Amino acid sequence: MKPILARLSRDLPAMLGLGVVVVVLLLAIFGPWIAPHPEDASASHLLRRLKPPSADFPFGTDNLGRDILSRVILGARGALQIALTVVVVAMLIGVPLGLVAGYRSGWLSETIMRVTDVVLAIPQLVLALALAQLLTPSLESAMLALSLTYWPFFTRIVYAETRRLSASLFVDALRGVGAASPRIVFLHILPNALSPVIVRATIGLGFTILVAAVLGFLGMGATPPAPDWGLAIADSRTYLPRAWWYATFPGLAILITVMGFNLLGDGLRDIVDPRLRRSR
Amino acid sequence: MIPLLKVDSLKVSIRTDDGTARVLDDVGLTLERGRILGVVGESGCGKSTLIRAIMGILPKGASVDAGHVWFEGENLLVFSEAELNGRIRSSRIGFIPQDPLLALNPVFKVGTQLLEAMRWHAPDDGTRGRERRRRHVERLVGLLRRMQVPDPETALERYPHQFSGGQRQRLLIAASLACAPTLVIADEPTTALDVTTQHQILLLLRELVGEFGLSLLFVTHDFGVVAELCDDLCVIYAGQTVEAGPVQAVLQAPAHPYTRALLACHPDRAASFVGIPGRVPSPLARPAGCQFAARCGEAEPRCREASPPQARARSGADVRCVQYA
Repeated sequence: MKPILARLSRDLPAMLGLGVVVVVLLLAIFGPWIAPHPEDASASHLLRRLKPPSADFPFGTDNLGRDILSRVILGARGALQIALTVVVVAMLIGVPLGLVAGYRSGWLSETIMRVTDVVLAIPQLVLALALAQLLTPSLESAMLALSLTYWPFFTRIVYAETRRLSASLFVDALRGVGAASPRIVFLHILPNALSPVIVRATIGLGFTILVAAVLGFLGMGATPPAPDWGLAIADSRTYLPRAWWYATFPGLAILITVMGFNLLGDGLRDIVDPRLRRSR
Repeated sequence: MIPLLKVDSLKVSIRTDDGTARVLDDVGLTLERGRILGVVGESGCGKSTLIRAIMGILPKGASVDAGHVWFEGENLLVFSEAELNGRIRSSRIGFIPQDPLLALNPVFKVGTQLLEAMRWHAPDDGTRGRERRRRHVERLVGLLRRMQVPDPETALERYPHQFSGGQRQRLLIAASLACAPTLVIADEPTTALDVTTQHQILLLLRELVGEFGLSLLFVTHDFGVVAELCDDLCVIYAGQTVEAGPVQAVLQAPAHPYTRALLACHPDRAASFVGIPGRVPSPLARPAGCQFAARCGEAEPRCREASPPQARARSGADVRCVQYA
């Protein structure tokens, strides 16, 4: 752990990403205590609607007079919850499938990989939209739709790693000393294949926040009055010419968070897999 | 008394895209208790496949078509995967893999890996849980000390990359002995090492066989190693045993033309760099008759017609050649 942090600290963009991720994490955990108007998660104050940024309301207020700063802070928790749930569920589906497909051969392996290819061939957003539309619009169905479309990325990575590792001599040696297949796959191959999975998961967190915001914007994710970033941008459309701050600040929150996760993921990848290091 | 290990006319084939390759075609060998049997052959003659067939870890697409592997009177080929794991591997047959650089999992400490095998396969001595683990650590540290691994107490806490090649090979030998097997199978364990380290490891193996009451099946392509280490010798060519007998007898009076040709290639015996003309026949298209006939200087027309019979040479070795029929 220590050498990873030490090497990360020499990578300025990755440190920036780590900083953003830490701030978002803190906001998600302590949001209700940090936000200046935590009651604005649901309350409305029609007398002060659409006020421009001021000392009292640094990000201005929205169409229901709610403090946008507070709602941006409160939205961090939801965004992270979605992202973490989706990535963890996608990993729980994708990683075991990749391990099985990579270690075995034959029809089972072929079936898994062809299904993976088919799902990967369709853009994730399109597939998630279709799935979310089939289910009733809610946060849960958005998360389900995103999970069901994100697992193939993990299957692909784990499959390739497992293929490579299962031909390695230590796996032969393990079979020779009498280790059963599940033990070899989960206790010996999986830890070796984990680093690219962690990198992919980090980038996936940012990506999922973005796609979840899109689903929210299109009305297939979070439902009002939840302080969701995508939902806030959707609501702001009507007031865009008059209230620039309404769309800008939730948008910036999405931009900065997604960029933070991506920078961190890129930095981790450079450390884990030096072959892919970009020249800077 | 029955031999410890007896492989009987074993035939193994592997399905490939180009057809079915008969990799082992009638291999036989006998390992008596307390002896060291060297299996010698060129690259691609089926040495590794033979080991894998004995241990039941053949690669995907490979199948045993005929023959038996008798180990202490039981045919290992009929054992299920679970039976092999439960009763044979580690606990009764130890395995020393070929390349010590690659045979350990790089992400775990050495101790974790070796103790894991012992936890499942070490003989039951009545102890349980923590006490059992403590005894295992004790035995391992003792073995590592015997293997002349420096700092055996702390070695278990280190990762594979923190050891040199020779030390890693010593770790693997210790691992193969950890569960007190009666047979140890070594797959070219010294190939990846430099000559001085190789010599030390061979000396150590020789001592261990006497000390632990082991029998050793040692696979190599190097006659020098065989002469230094082994009691018996078995020469394999194109998936067939061509000559088998005591090392002294075979090296002094090699009976099979292939053995003679191989020995003539050895740098210590040859005046200049020599080889055997021709190539090993492809396992996809085996010729009729003797597999070596095409490269043999003494081949006769009848060699190409029918497979030569097993015969006994004057040296006492079993030979597969018409000259002795």
